[in-house]
Amino acid sequence: MSTPKNPEKHASYLPKEKKSKKPFHDTPNLDELEKGPWPSFVTGLKRLAMESDMMVDLLGQLEHSYNTRLGYWKGGTLSVFGYGGGIIPRFSEVGDMFPESKEFHTLRVQPAPANHYSTDMLRQLSNSWNKYGSGLIAFHGQTGNIMFIGAKSDQVQHFFDEINEYGWDLGGAGPCVRTAMACVGSGRCEMSNLDEQRIHRELVNNFMDDMHRPALPYKFKFKVSGCANDCMNSIQRSDFSVIGTWRDDMKVDQEEWKKYVAEKGRQHVHDNIISRCPTSALTLNDDDTLEVNNKDCVRCMHCLNVVPKALSPGDDKGATILIGGKRTLKIGDLFGTVVIPFKKLDTDEDHEELVELAEEIIDFWAENGLEHERCGEMIDRIGLANFLEGIGVDVDPNMVAHPRTSNYVRMDKWDEEAAKWEERKKAG
Amino acid sequence: MAEEKAKPRMPIESGCPDGFQYMHPTMLKNYGNWDYHEHVRPGVLKHVAKSGDELYTVKVGTQRQLGPYEINLLCDIIDQYADGHVRFTLRGTMEIPVADASKVDALVEAITDAGYPIGGTANSVTFISHTQGWLHCDIPGTDASGVVKSMMDELYDEFTHEEMPNRVHITTSCCQINCGGQGDIAINVQHTKPPKINHDLVSNVCERPSVVARCPVAAIRPAMVNGRPSLEVDEKKCICCGACFPPCPPMQINDAEHTKIAIWVGGKNSNARSKPMFHKLVAAGIPNNAPRWPEAAAIVKKILACYKEDAKDWERIGDWIERIGWPRFFEMTELPFTRFHIDNWRGARHTLNASAHIRF
Repeated sequence: MSTPKNPEKHASYLPKEKKSKKPFHDTPNLDELEKGPWPSFVTGLKRLAMESDMMVDLLGQLEHSYNTRLGYWKGGTLSVFGYGGGIIPRFSEVGDMFPESKEFHTLRVQPAPANHYSTDMLRQLSNSWNKYGSGLIAFHGQTGNIMFIGAKSDQVQHFFDEINEYGWDLGGAGPCVRTAMACVGSGRCEMSNLDEQRIHRELVNNFMDDMHRPALPYKFKFKVSGCANDCMNSIQRSDFSVIGTWRDDMKVDQEEWKKYVAEKGRQHVHDNIISRCPTSALTLNDDDTLEVNNKDCVRCMHCLNVVPKALSPGDDKGATILIGGKRTLKIGDLFGTVVIPFKKLDTDEDHEELVELAEEIIDFWAENGLEHERCGEMIDRIGLANFLEGIGVDVDPNMVAHPRTSNYVRMDKWDEEAAKWEERKKAG
Repeated sequence: MAEEKAKPRMPIESGCPDGFQYMHPTMLKNYGNWDYHEHVRPGVLKHVAKSGDELYTVKVGTQRQLGPYEINLLCDIIDQYADGHVRFTLRGTMEIPVADASKVDALVEAITDAGYPIGGTANSVTFISHTQGWLHCDIPGTDASGVVKSMMDELYDEFTHEEMPNRVHITTSCCQINCGGQGDIAINVQHTKPPKINHDLVSNVCERPSVVARCPVAAIRPAMVNGRPSLEVDEKKCICCGACFPPCPPMQINDAEHTKIAIWVGGKNSNARSKPMFHKLVAAGIPNNAPRWPEAAAIVKKILACYKEDAKDWERIGDWIERIGWPRFFEMTELPFTRFHIDNWRGARHTLNASAHIRF
């Protein structure tokens, strides 16, 4: 076991003397969370409290929560000039006991796609936040924001003005387009089929008005994953999920593949790769080469994950778009489901079409969604076919796990609909 | 002049900033042209570009909430031992890219020396993605930061080693809205009693029709209580989900005793092999036992031990249970199977076994 050495030895990074005026509250519960090998957030809070009365009382309130097992923050209304959202106001219900932290607001700030930073920029953000806020930053919130936790009401505007001048903008809070997320993708990963950096910014930056001035039925999230490994959990966690894929044949470097078979043995290859293919699209030939039935392959990524040196995505890359993923509230969890099986994303026009699709979907949902109804819940209520008609997208068998099993449906327009299919087939 | 000074500054609606300006130069140069990757050791990845360029990534577990002391310490290490760039994963680990292979060992040593664990890659238990909890949320039933710190202390070796059948993503959520998302194992608050209503406050604080509309089971209705407009809950219908609490704080759902922890397993975001899966309930009624949550930790460790012992390579927890079946899962983990495991929400019949497929 690798035992971390005492971080306290890095003395130059620790506050030397207690500058905060308030004495520390007793925090026996929180003190327990300073033990153990994992870095302790409590130790971090205590370091801040050496210099800040606000953090002394924040620790006091947190300890109070640990004692009573209840939370004591209430929301409110607070924003910066020109915006209607992006701040999470927090007022303490036990402000009498802990007056210095009775206002403890969070600013949600959008990071760059895939959360890249230079150390210079991290320091600059940290310095600005030290000046106006608690100094405490969460990298990152579950939607993907940088969370600047702990500012008094009169400091929020100053902090925003300062970081906004050097390139940072607020994220979403409330019924609006939310901060987006993208995987590291093309920046470092050979599995990527997309320009995640571009797609993330194109999509979300087109909707800044819908982010900063909340007026939609509820939240709307974009997430971009470069392949079906979906490291951004976009199918489960976003209203608009962009997942990289390819439609030509996957690439097999037979020499590298044979090296792998020789190293691991045929049994291992059968047990871990061939038999794990969900559509039985792989065959290990007698000469140890790999045969792929690309017509059956669903681009699930398993075999590429196991042998990344030998197996790669094809060249004809693009995206699958799934709509309507969300968590529990209100009707229960929903996966996003396929609305565009394959979207080429090579040219500027391709990218414009993707943004137009997002506009179409958000407009339709803004018009037809009920208050506090996510896009996926609206689709659940009105049916996918009606949603597709509303956004002008043709039906496709890739959109269903299987056709309907219930005959409770009126189908007197069958001939008309069948003719549409034939027409599209003719048009290619 | 006073008026001049008071004139507010208009925001620059710049939106999401350009990521290329912060990207490591090797990432920038080889953007979209990577060839393959290798696992050097737990916590260290090697990516090779088509140009032949190499990039090493050292993955670091942190507190997630960082102050200036932590940020300056980590940034100084990154500047001295790596290349001045860093990124964060969605689970809250730091990834430090470094181009020169000869720098990796010294970087790992400096990070370890500063008290930060290296790991979370490949088939390890990676960092637990978590929510705000008592530190900052307005509706939390527990403190995610504390749960995560307690669990990661227990699972430290599993973070720093790659000894699981496949990767394990654990999540926590402080209420049933479940901001933590889907997990191979999810440690989530589960309320067990209806909200306690402060009728004196409802009419002033809550927009009553929106609260009524928010209830998933239509258990809330407007009512006059003590001569004031308020809301009442049909407690027979109420599923104790807490959805009414955010729009109406006088409907307190949290309770020191009755707010419990439930554990769910088998969520999977990846499309690899099987389609993505939601996590399923396996244990509930677990005490919300701050500051260390030992009962929840014991169940998580038991599930992980069974999975580690029994699953085949590459099987995620959800894949593993699909192979061995739920009866065997409950037998191995020694968890009780109850009527509450049988879903009764919409679509529930699709979760039942409509076949003669029984394992003996």
